[in-house]
Amino acid sequence: MSSPSLSPSAAGALREPARAQIAAIIAARRDLPGALLPILHDIQDTVGYVPSEVLPDIARALNLSRAEVHGVVTFYHDFRERKAGRHVVRVCRAEACQSVGSEALAAHAEQAVGCAFHETTADGEFTLEPVYCLGQCACGPAVTVDGKLAGRVTPQRFDALLAACARGGEATA
Amino acid sequence: MSAVTVFVPRDSSALALGADEVAQAIAREAAARGAEITLVRNGSRGMFWLEPLVEVRTAAGRVAYGPVAPEDVPGLFDAGFLGGGAHALALGPTGEIPFLKRQERLTFARVGITDPLSLADYTAHEGFAGLTRALALDGAQIVREVTESGLRGRGGAAFPTGIKWQTVLNAKSPVKYVVCNADEGDSGTFSDRMAMEGDPFMLIEGMTIAGLAVGAEHGYVYVRSEYPHAIAMLEAAIDVAQAAGWLGDDIRGSGRRFRLEVRKGAGAYVCGEETALLESLEGKRGVVRAKPPLPALEGLFGKPTVINNVISLATVPLILARGAQFYRDYGMGRSRGTLPFQLAGNIRQGGLVEKAFGLTLRELLEDFGQGTRSGRPIRAVQVGGPLGAYLPVSRLDTPMDYEAFAAFGAVLGHGGIVVFDDTVDMARQARYAMAFCAIESCGKCTPCRIGSTRGVEVIDKIIAGDQPVRHVKLVRDLCDTMLGGSLCAMGGMTPYPVLSALDAFPEDFGVAVPAKAA
Repeated sequence: MSSPSLSPSAAGALREPARAQIAAIIAARRDLPGALLPILHDIQDTVGYVPSEVLPDIARALNLSRAEVHGVVTFYHDFRERKAGRHVVRVCRAEACQSVGSEALAAHAEQAVGCAFHETTADGEFTLEPVYCLGQCACGPAVTVDGKLAGRVTPQRFDALLAACARGGEATA
Repeated sequence: MSAVTVFVPRDSSALALGADEVAQAIAREAAARGAEITLVRNGSRGMFWLEPLVEVRTAAGRVAYGPVAPEDVPGLFDAGFLGGGAHALALGPTGEIPFLKRQERLTFARVGITDPLSLADYTAHEGFAGLTRALALDGAQIVREVTESGLRGRGGAAFPTGIKWQTVLNAKSPVKYVVCNADEGDSGTFSDRMAMEGDPFMLIEGMTIAGLAVGAEHGYVYVRSEYPHAIAMLEAAIDVAQAAGWLGDDIRGSGRRFRLEVRKGAGAYVCGEETALLESLEGKRGVVRAKPPLPALEGLFGKPTVINNVISLATVPLILARGAQFYRDYGMGRSRGTLPFQLAGNIRQGGLVEKAFGLTLRELLEDFGQGTRSGRPIRAVQVGGPLGAYLPVSRLDTPMDYEAFAAFGAVLGHGGIVVFDDTVDMARQARYAMAFCAIESCGKCTPCRIGSTRGVEVIDKIIAGDQPVRHVKLVRDLCDTMLGGSLCAMGGMTPYPVLSALDAFPEDFGVAVPAKAA
C-alpha cells in the first residue's frame, strides 16, 4: 500500500474565505463528542469538498493522527477530495430501482450527461454518481439532481431534468 | 364559509413525484379564485402509486384525489373538489381505499393523517400518552412492559427489544446512551424514512421512553445522509418538543432529563450494522467491532447503550399507552404485533402495508400490490434487503413470520419486499449482490473484503459461459466461507441472495440442474 499522499495537487491552494470558514467550523465543533463527521460534513457543505491541506488542522484540533483523519475521509462515500461539477446527478442503482429499469437509465445517463459514473464532465458542468438507495423504492427509478429528488424517471424525464439544470438551475453547495 | 383544509403530503416520495409543485398550484389557484383554504403538508399515507395524493376535509370526512399533477389543479377547483366534488381523479373517502382499509396500522396510525410538526395534532391522536405513563413507572416496569409485548428488533435481526433494554438497565454506569439506528440503507425499505418524515414525535417519544427505562439521559439518531428530508424533519421536531418541555432537563416537570441529537451518516451502507454505526458516531471509520462486548454493555464511547431501529423505538409509545397485551394480541407464533411491510420495485401498487405478522407474501403482492407494474408475471421476490434471499413464486404462500422465513434460509428482515418480473436475469442479480458487498464492505474481515471481489469474478465467468458447473461449485464454496467466517451480516448474509438465486433459478447460470444441486 502506498503511503497516503497529502500533496495539495489534488485540491489546489485553498483561498480565503474558505480557509477562514474552515477554521471557524473546526473551532465551533471540536468539543462535540464524535466531532469528526460533523466537521467534515460542515466543511464539505461550505466549500464543496474536503481539501486535503486542512486535514492536519483537523487532526491537531481533535488530537488524532493525520492518517486517522485521512482514513475517515476516504472511508465514507460522501466525502469528496476535490470539487464536484456545477451540478451533481445521482442515479439509484440498487435492487428496487433495478427492477424497474434503472440499469438502462444509468446507461442513458452516462450518454446524456457525457461522462461515466464517478466522473465529472470536461466542462465541469456535471458530476455523475451512483447512489445505493434513496428510499424511493416504490417509485423508482429514482434520481437526484443537485439534491432534488425525482421518482419514476424515464430517459425522457431524465433529459428534461438535465435541460432544467442547463437553463440555470442553482448549483450544488 | 370557513377555510377548507387541504392536505398535500411532504413525504419525500410525494416530493419526488411533484407534491411541492401541486401544493403551489393549489395555493395559487385558491388565491386567484378567492377560495379560503388551509394547506397542511402531512406525511404520506403510503400509497405511492397515487402520489401526489391530495386530500380535502369535508363534512363527511377526508376525501382523496390522486395522483394529482399541477395541471390538474384548475380542473379540480372547477369540479368543486373543496367540497368533495366528483372528478376523474376522485378516490372517495381516503379511509375506504381498500389498500388502506385492510391494514392494521398501529405504529403508522398517525402517518399521513397529521401534520408531522403539529404537537396539537400529535397529542390529539394519542401522542405522548405512552411517555406520560412511562413517567409514572420505574425503569424495570417500563422494560417489563416492552418485554411482555413481544416486540423484536424491527431493523432485521429480530432480537427481543425488552431483553436488550434489560441488559442496559442492569449495567452499572453513571452514563448510558440511547442510539437510534436510522441508517436505513436496504433497497426496498422506506418505513423508517416515512416514520421520521411523517411522525417524528413518535420516534422522539420512543427514544425518551427508552432513556427513562434504562437510565440514559442522552440519545442520538444516526440518520443516513441520503435522507435529508428526514433529518430536517427530526431536527425541527426536536426543537418543538424541547420548547414544549417534552425533551430537556425537566421533562414535563418530572425532574427527569433526556436530550436528543441528530447525527448524519456519510454514505456507508455498513454503518447500518450496529457496531459500525457506533464507530461512526464516535467519529471513526465505520468498521465493525467484534462482539462481545455487546453494545448494551460497552456501546457508544464505551458506555452501556440501547441501540434500536427506528420502527422498534417508534412502536414503544403505543405499547406503553395501550399496554403490552394489546400489542402482543397481534401476530403469530413468536412474531408478535405488526410489521410495516414495504412493497417495492416492480409492483403496481407500491407502498406501505402495516399488518399483523402471519399474512402470506401472496396476499401482500396480489391483494395489496396487484401484481407487477410492468404487467408481466412475477418471477422473483427479494425479501429483507440486499442481504435477503430471492424467492421464486413457489414460495409466495409463506406466512410473513420471522421463523417461517428462517426455516428455509431466508429472512424477513426489515419487511422490505422487492418484486422482479420475468425479464430479470438472476445471474446478474447474484453478481450484483457480490459487487455491492465489495463496494460496501468495511474491510475488517477477509471473507467479506476479499470474498466479495472473488465472488464477482467467478460469477462473471459463469455469465460468460466459462465452465459454469465448475464455477458454480466454486461460488457455493465461497459462499460457505463467507457465511461461516464473516464478522457481521454484510459478508455473512451476502450469500443469501447468491445461493437462493442459484437454488431457485439455476437455468440463469447456464447450469442444467440435476434436481438437487445443493
